[in-house]
Formats: sequence, structure tokens, C-alpha cells
Amino acid sequence: MDPRFNVAEKRQLNGEEEEEEEDDENNMEAWERAYADERSWESLQEDESGLLRAIDSNALHHAQYRRRLRSLSTVSTATRIQKGLIRYLYVVIDFSRAASETDFKPSRMAVAAKHVEAFIREFFDQNPLSHIALITIRDGVAQCLTDLGGSPDSHIKALMGKLGCSGDSSLQNALDLVHGYLNQIPSYGHREVLILYSALSTCDPGDIMETIQKCKNSKIRCSVVGLSAEIYICRHLCQETGGTYTVAMDEAHMKELLLEHAPPPPAIAEFAVSNLIKMGFPQRAAEGVVSICSCHKEAKVGGGYTCPRCKARVCELPTECQICGLTLVSSPHLARSYHHLFPITPFNDVSPTLPNSHKLPRACFGCQQPLIQSGNKPGLRVACPNCNQHFCLDCDIYIHESLHNCPGCESQRNSKPVTGE
Amino acid sequence: MASVPSKLYSDDVSLVVVLLDTNPFLWTATATATTFTFPEFLAHVLSFLNSIILLNQLNQVVVIATGLNSCDYIFDSSAPSKVEPFESARMPLLYSRVLRRLEDFLGSDERSERSNGAAAAAAPSSLLSGSLSLALCYIQRVFRSGALHPQPRILCLQGSPDGPEQYVAVMNAIFSAQRSMVPIDSCVIGAQHSAFLQQASYITGGVYLKPPMLDGLFQYLSTIFATDLHSRSFLQLPKPVGVDFRASCFCHKKTIDMGYICSVCLSIFCKHHKKCSTCGSVFGQANPEAAAAATDRKRKAPEV
Repeated sequence: MDPRFNVAEKRQLNGEEEEEEEDDENNMEAWERAYADERSWESLQEDESGLLRAIDSNALHHAQYRRRLRSLSTVSTATRIQKGLIRYLYVVIDFSRAASETDFKPSRMAVAAKHVEAFIREFFDQNPLSHIALITIRDGVAQCLTDLGGSPDSHIKALMGKLGCSGDSSLQNALDLVHGYLNQIPSYGHREVLILYSALSTCDPGDIMETIQKCKNSKIRCSVVGLSAEIYICRHLCQETGGTYTVAMDEAHMKELLLEHAPPPPAIAEFAVSNLIKMGFPQRAAEGVVSICSCHKEAKVGGGYTCPRCKARVCELPTECQICGLTLVSSPHLARSYHHLFPITPFNDVSPTLPNSHKLPRACFGCQQPLIQSGNKPGLRVACPNCNQHFCLDCDIYIHESLHNCPGCESQRNSKPVTGE
Repeated sequence: MASVPSKLYSDDVSLVVVLLDTNPFLWTATATATTFTFPEFLAHVLSFLNSIILLNQLNQVVVIATGLNSCDYIFDSSAPSKVEPFESARMPLLYSRVLRRLEDFLGSDERSERSNGAAAAAAPSSLLSGSLSLALCYIQRVFRSGALHPQPRILCLQGSPDGPEQYVAVMNAIFSAQRSMVPIDSCVIGAQHSAFLQQASYITGGVYLKPPMLDGLFQYLSTIFATDLHSRSFLQLPKPVGVDFRASCFCHKKTIDMGYICSVCLSIFCKHHKKCSTCGSVFGQANPEAAAAATDRKRKAPEV
């Protein structure tokens, strides 16, 4: 045999061995990894007789949603807490070394950035009068990425342009920076910090307990969403400042946890002083008029709004006038927040085993989807306590999470629900 | 949903949800002022519905009646058709089905009015918020039905004046439509412009039109509102009118340029007050008791 061929073959073999070694670093074969990634066993459940069955994910999802809804509504109706509608939120994203871990695919950093983007859009949809700023932690230093502002696109652009992680994480530096900024905002605003924390440690220049006390005294509500494991200092921070601390189990869970921060939190009355805020309602400028806008410093044709106080031109609402500082909004922005003040009551489950269940409505009042399961049995359904109309589970979620109107109550004149009661 | 070969769905297949204003006060008023009556109106609308279905075999039409005391589904072209009585064979199927259901609806609407007494007569506005909510629920169901579905849009044929008490509900529906990118077209057949529908069409990117000549309603409907969303970009449709987004204050109902907003309940005032008249918070000083009682009282919907 040609000795050279042998060598080449050997090298090839070596190469294969190397590849195998790489696999061994993950301690798993490819076929094993498929199972580890998909976690297919989690979608199975044992029923009463011990048989394995696939989980009815639809019903499960709905049950989860109901639990969330109920917990929210009991809090708000029992104690009559007002909602903080004008929020100043600093989103702190930990881009330390720990954020490059790949337990979230492709990396914690990429997943965090993706969901922060979704969060920012949802936040402004629900809180049109609020402001967000972004802060990143890198190499033990907190950096302000964007200042407080009301435009989702500018934040997202800044965030996506500055991805990359290195160094240690420092909770104290981040809190000190946020504290410095949030101390300046007007007293009627609700001061909040939302931290996405990847690291399992914090490298601080001083005593972090002092910083936490400082935040508490300034009435800054700090919440943390952890990406790795629960750590004591985060729990302590959230407890002291009245925020919430949650740790994400997987990507979907993390998204859910982040979006939980989008609706306005119940406000503690002493935190924000009620006040009258001066606002302007600018009119849309006539089409075809050329003028220079004060936000981009560019000449623009048509569109735009004129500040009623200083007559400067701005491109979009809501914003703060660059020249005179007046808050500029339009009436739909105010209307967009009203549903937080008058939430609709949660619907009640209707048990399908009622004695005269055959008399129940056969279709969902909202979407006309048949509520009858195969075999002429009434299916899962919910009913509005005010108008007694029946709805399917999908409509239930849509009505409470997006529409904020009960179609049944709105389709009746006299039994209109007394909003907010 | 009728199951159709999925490849047939292209971007010009539409689902049109038509909200029909059946307010009897409106129709008696227009009948005395002009010669345009409800049967004539129906004749125009029915031919319009028929023409939408004829434009594309996959097009879908849903009709919801906006009554004075109730709202209900009148017609759904995707619903499986039952065996029709023999004598209705002279009329197209759509007409007879719409007319029969409409008659039922008007009857039950009238009955519920009688049981409600004179409450409704004081407020001659129809329940736009209810029918909009129903339409959006239906459209969500179409979205859920799969990746391939017709492009939905809502057409409001509204004539009644706006009901101020529906303001919050109508705005909620508009924002939900905007979020799911459903345009709300409006064709106002009443005497005055509708501020609600102007805002609805402006915010959701629909077309707002108040036809100057109701006798040619079918022509307006077929030239403007029959085109699918994809083809709209090629057409010269009525430009969005300038919508006045200024707010009116709660204290004097004046339209204002600049005002004061209560930070707790977002009520609008034209002057500085010491106390919020809607939620009772005292301004400028920390007073937790007053603020805690804040949301207790019901607030009137603002007129815009």
C-alpha cells in the first residue's frame, strides 16, 4: 500500500476524532441533543389512569391566562389602587460576559435584545404618555444608551447598533446612574427601573446596600428579570423598592415576564404626587406647507404638527416641544390610556354540566364560532357577568387583552356596565 | 370558514364586514327630509354586497346590524346555507337571507326597546361600539383560522349621530383595529359628519366619505369601498380629511389648544383647578387619602 495514502487516511481519521472530541465537549451525541433541545417529554402528561397523553396546550394556555387575569383584578378591585399612567422607565440591560452564554439560542444577548425591542413597542402602545431610556452594563460600567424619550424607533435603533458583551456586571453602578437621572423628573411621574440581569454576581465599587436605600428614598421602583438563576441581591433590591423579581426559565417565559411590565403597575399613592400637567394639543399642519421641523432640523413638506405655545413644528406626537418644553399630545393618546382606568370585569367559567346545558347558546356571541363540541355537548366557554353572553376562549383572551370592550355589554343599551366599578 | 385550496388565496381576496345602521329614528328623519328611504338604502347596499361576492369567488361578506338597543349578525356568506323555502327562489339567495334576518332583528330590537321604555328615545344614537366590537371579534377568528385568510376590512354605513357615552368603547375598538391592521372604512349617510368615524378611518388608514348625493349611493359604494386593500394603492381615493385631534375640556366642553391634564385620571381642564372634579385628587400637595379615593367615582366620557 502506498504509505502516503496511509498518512492521508490517518489524518482523515484524526480529523474525525477531533470532531468527535468537539461533540464530547457538549457531552452529547447529535441525537441526544435533539431530545435535550426539544424537551419533548414536557408536552406529555399522565392522566388519572396513568396513561401518557399530550397536554391540551390550548386549555392550559387559557387556564394560565385566567389565573393572571384574576390575580390582577383582585389586586385592583380589592384595594382600589390607582395606576401610574405617566411612567419614566429606565431599562437596564446587562451586557457583561455572562450575556454571551448560549443557554438561550443564539445567545442571551441576542434574545434579550430581541425581546426588549418587542417590549419597547408594547410599552409605548400601552403607555403613550410615558418615557423610556436604555442603559447597558459592560465591563463593570453602566452606560446611558438613550435618554428618556417617547419614540420607540430611536431606542430600538440605538440598541441594535450597540450589541456586544464583555467584562463584569455591576448593579450598583447601574443603579447610581439611573438614580442620578430619575431624581430630576417631575414629581407626578412614576420612576421605574427594569433590569435584565444575566450575571450571577455584581462587582461594585462601594456598598450596594446604600445605593438600594437611596433608590428606596427616591421612590424608584426597581424590577429585575433574571436570565440565569435567582440571586439574593436582586431579590433584596426588588423587595426594598416595591418591584418584582422574576427569573426566566426559557425564551417564551422570558418574553412573558418582560411583557408583564408593559401595563402600568398599581401606583402607591405616596410615590407620585397628583398634579395638573400642562399639555398642548397641536393641530396638524395643512398639506403642502414647507417648514423646518424642530426635531430633525430638516425642511419637510406637509404633515407635522405645530406647537400651540411657540409655533415650532414637530414631526410626530406624543413628544415634548424642543423649543418651549411643552408636552404635546393628541386626544387619542389620552383615550388610549383610559382602558387601564376602566378595566372590564373578568368573565366567569360556565360549567358544561349544568342541568339545562342544552339551552345554552350554541355559538360564541363575539365571533359566532360554534361552542358545541362533537356529540352535541356544550364546549368550554365563559360568560360575562354583566350581560350573560357566552364567549369562546379565544374571544375571551382577545377581549381582555386587546379590545377592552365587552361586545355583549356594548350591544345593550340599558345594562351598559358601569365602567370602572 | 369554508375550506378552499390554500393556493387560491392571493392578496386581493377580501373579507368585508359591513355594519348596517338600522336606527329607526335616523330613517324616519331622512325620509321626511329627503326622499331617501330605508328600502332604497337597502336596495343599494344589497347590490353592493352582491357585487363584492361577484368580484372574487373567495371574497366573503359579513353583515352586522347596528341597532338602537342591540347588535347582531345578519348575514355571513361563509356560513353553510340551509335548504331555502321554495318561493324564495325568485330572489337571489343573499337578498332573501339578509332581508329575513334583518326583519327578525328589527322586530327583536323594537321589543327590547319597549321593555327598556323611553330610555332609548332620549338617545337616538345607535350602538356603534357594540357592532365594531363584534366585527373585530369575528376578524380575530379569521386571523386564527390559519396563515392564509382573506384580507379583512370593516365598512361602517352609519347615519346616527355619535353617542358621547360610547366614546371610550369606540376608541378602544379603534385602537384594537389599528393594532391588528384592520382598516375601518366609513360611509356616513346621516346629516352630520361623524367625529368617531373620522377618527376611526384616520387612525386605521381607512377611507372616510360622506356622499353628497344619497341617490347615487351604489355608485359611491362600488367605486370607493368595493376595491380590495391591495388595489387601493393604485386608485385615487378620497384623501383623508384633516381630523381635529384637539381635545375638549371636561369643565366647559370647549375645544382647547393647551390645557391641564390630571396626572391620576387624565381628565382635561382648560384652567388650573385645585382639585380634580372627576377623580377628586387634590393637586400640588401630597394627600394620599384624596388620591386613594381617586378611581371610585365614575367618570363621564369626554366629548371630542
